[in-house]
Amino acid sequence: MKTKNLTLHVWRQDGPDAKGAFETYTAENVNEHMSFLEMLDDLNEKLIIEGKEPIAFDHDCREGICGSCNIVVNGYAHGPQERTTVCQLHMRHVFALGWSEIWLEPWRAAAFPVIKDLVVDRGALDRIIQSGGYISIRTGSARDANETPIPKPISDRAFDAATCIGCGACVAACPNASASLFTAAKVSHLGMLPQGQTERFDRVRKMVAQMDAEGFGSCTNHGECEKACPKGISIDFIAQMNRDFVKAMVTSKHDVEAPNDAE
Amino acid sequence: MELKSHEPTGPIEDRWKEHKAHSKLVAPHNRRKYQVIVVGSGLAGGAAAATLGELGYNVKCFCYQDSPRRAHSIAAQGGINAAKNYQNDGDSVYRLFYDTVKGGDFRSRESNVYRLAELSLNIIDQAVAQGVPFAREYGGLLANRSFGGAQVSRTFYARGQTGQQLLLGAYSALERQIDAGTVKMFPRHEMLELIVHEGKARGIVTRNLVNGKIDVHVADVVLLCTGGYGNVFYLSTNAMGSNCTAVWRAHRKGAAFANPCYTQIHPTCIPRSGEYQSKLTLMSESLRNDGRVWVPRNPEDCDKDPAKIPEEDRYYYLEERYPAFGNLVPRDVASRNAMYVCEDEGLGIGPKIPGEPRRGVYLDFKSAIDRLGEDLIMERYGNLFEMYERITGDDPRKTPMRIYPATHYTMGGLWVDYNLMSTIDGLFVGGEANFSDHGANRLGASALMQGLADGYFVLPFTVGNYLGTIRKTEPLEESDPVCQEALKSVQARVEKLMNAPDPTHAPEYFHRKLGNIIWKYCGMSRDAEGLKKALEEIRPLREEFHEKVKVLPQKGETFNQALERAGRVADFFELGELMCIDALERDESCGGHFRTEHTIDGEAKRDDEHFQHVAAWEWTGDPSNPALHKEELTFEYVKPTMRSYK
Repeated sequence: MKTKNLTLHVWRQDGPDAKGAFETYTAENVNEHMSFLEMLDDLNEKLIIEGKEPIAFDHDCREGICGSCNIVVNGYAHGPQERTTVCQLHMRHVFALGWSEIWLEPWRAAAFPVIKDLVVDRGALDRIIQSGGYISIRTGSARDANETPIPKPISDRAFDAATCIGCGACVAACPNASASLFTAAKVSHLGMLPQGQTERFDRVRKMVAQMDAEGFGSCTNHGECEKACPKGISIDFIAQMNRDFVKAMVTSKHDVEAPNDAE
Repeated sequence: MELKSHEPTGPIEDRWKEHKAHSKLVAPHNRRKYQVIVVGSGLAGGAAAATLGELGYNVKCFCYQDSPRRAHSIAAQGGINAAKNYQNDGDSVYRLFYDTVKGGDFRSRESNVYRLAELSLNIIDQAVAQGVPFAREYGGLLANRSFGGAQVSRTFYARGQTGQQLLLGAYSALERQIDAGTVKMFPRHEMLELIVHEGKARGIVTRNLVNGKIDVHVADVVLLCTGGYGNVFYLSTNAMGSNCTAVWRAHRKGAAFANPCYTQIHPTCIPRSGEYQSKLTLMSESLRNDGRVWVPRNPEDCDKDPAKIPEEDRYYYLEERYPAFGNLVPRDVASRNAMYVCEDEGLGIGPKIPGEPRRGVYLDFKSAIDRLGEDLIMERYGNLFEMYERITGDDPRKTPMRIYPATHYTMGGLWVDYNLMSTIDGLFVGGEANFSDHGANRLGASALMQGLADGYFVLPFTVGNYLGTIRKTEPLEESDPVCQEALKSVQARVEKLMNAPDPTHAPEYFHRKLGNIIWKYCGMSRDAEGLKKALEEIRPLREEFHEKVKVLPQKGETFNQALERAGRVADFFELGELMCIDALERDESCGGHFRTEHTIDGEAKRDDEHFQHVAAWEWTGDPSNPALHKEELTFEYVKPTMRSYK
């Protein structure tokens, strides 16, 4: 079993308005089977015993599904391993790259103010969902689930978009700090399904407006988001969102939403 | 304390219908006059908050995560049961009810379980209408699979991410209500106290985890949907933040805690690799369909490369001990046998952790690959193999997987009646946080079902019935002495944790020690002697914790994750003790509660004459001396029989 000492330069910041800076720590005897966050746990336990303030970072399920964890590791959102959240990154992959010095930073975006150290406020993503990322169905009023068959390819593609874990790595990786991939994933997931048609164009209009209002940048097709996305969500969905958005803008609300056989 | 189940009588298939027909309602224009608090935003809490908001109540919803979408329901992999009978294989509401009562080893309430089976139908409809992308067949209809040995295919699934997709469905409904202004969301807030006024739950005290502010929130009714307490074991498949604080605070205010010793251990998780291990990851049980479980026959082979161990030196212990079921024995049987070979027979494999037996067994796909080809195996388990390799660095196609059981689910929880109301009026409990539907053992794919049944369909209705019955609650001001007292008690507790007399160790240090004790004596198998020992060890350790816990920074009003953990560990200490007390008191084996003194041919032996009851514990002020109350269970429809897998 390999162990190594690593030098960590960690972004420390007391609060949203405080000035932050890197501080340097040594993580001792880091074991290749440890996860990246277990290395931080271990360091934090030592810091506490030494009477120093532990490093704040977000994490919860540690299975790569809840989307809580968010650290930029040597410039990579969630670290260097593709399709892997930082909680699932194990040290053997870091060792394999020969890294002995690691810089840890929070997601950096104007729409994600730092709360403390590596913890940021991603409430903007929730507000984008609030603006229209749902199908309006009252509890108990649904009809039988098998009354609407959905072709498997459509259902599968909707699923590909629905796997988004809302971590915000797409924003952190984007030079413009755009939330287009996040927004497009939800717009596409719901917009492809028959259940989501009624609100399809209204939804994209509202969600894009909210994305802009939150201060996220625009998409200029860098493609960094797709690369950083731990679920490998394709930027094709951004194109799909843009098509729906254009359709929504060139037709009046009334035209778009009227059923085909009306008027 | 009196335990009244308020179960309706009459034919079981009419009970929920009749109950609804005769319950009180709140008129639409009156609903906004009521303040509802929902703690937790997972399947139960998120669904309840969204539905109550949609009905027109004023809802406040709290979660400790930074967004309601991150609740741990999200991690459920396998699926959700529903008696739709879309496969035409003879399923029905009655059969799902029957399987669930039997699976729970005859320790659940028939009326509740029947209602759960009934509501399973509505859940699927609701989820699909929200856009949940369940797996489909080529014809466009919903696909199903058989799960956990069920004789029918009733499990709906969404790749290996069923929990995620269902939670995102509930989350979208919740966000819609937040936008509509009926629900106010409080993320990064933790409930630290329940406010009880004149015998009724009337609010909570929370700590804002961002700025440390401690606040009072008053309400007419409080719902706890805060999940299970599996993290009492320190290592479990739960999220790092999953905790028992909300239910434990309610327990200390008078809510009875039912069957705390009923915990479920999942047989196929990735074993620990060292002392630093922070959590355990579950690998889907479906792997046992094609994998063969073995350990070396000779202890000296335990650290050898498995490829170099010849066939005759491999001990396929499940196949040898259970020829009929082999590697597919139920969860509890598979788990216990893994423990026996590792801890009693010293045949475990994997990295050696100082001071411990090797805890791990092989799950080998070689013969399945030889028989079916690698392509087919990868099609079935490719994503799981990838996940395993990411964590361990081993490719299961070349090296057998290492697995070991881990705590996965807790069937125990706050006692609730048929309306899901606890022993405190106006305090409702949903999802894994209550004890209600799974008895002593939960079947696969039924946790998501229960969370959503409670959240979408039971709580919104029974809460309305409660409010319609009490009509008007006395206004309660935040300045009321009862609120201020609760606030002060929270402040005092926080102060105490931050200022231990001899601060030496981080909270994790004590949590790990507590977890070790519980795992050793109150885990997969238990006996009176061990449980007594556990109690002897927990009590001084709890004192040591309060003496020596170190929390930094020692500032009150600031973001402080060490403080959050310390508070949760403090409550786990008291709950852990109650678990052991309950396990000791329940002098029988049933479901996940396996007392080695009570077995037939190595299997669990129930004692229906003395233990066909729910054990509900009342807080007395002394964690070591709770008061026991019993709710006798009767079985009118499903007659108790013994489980056997030989």
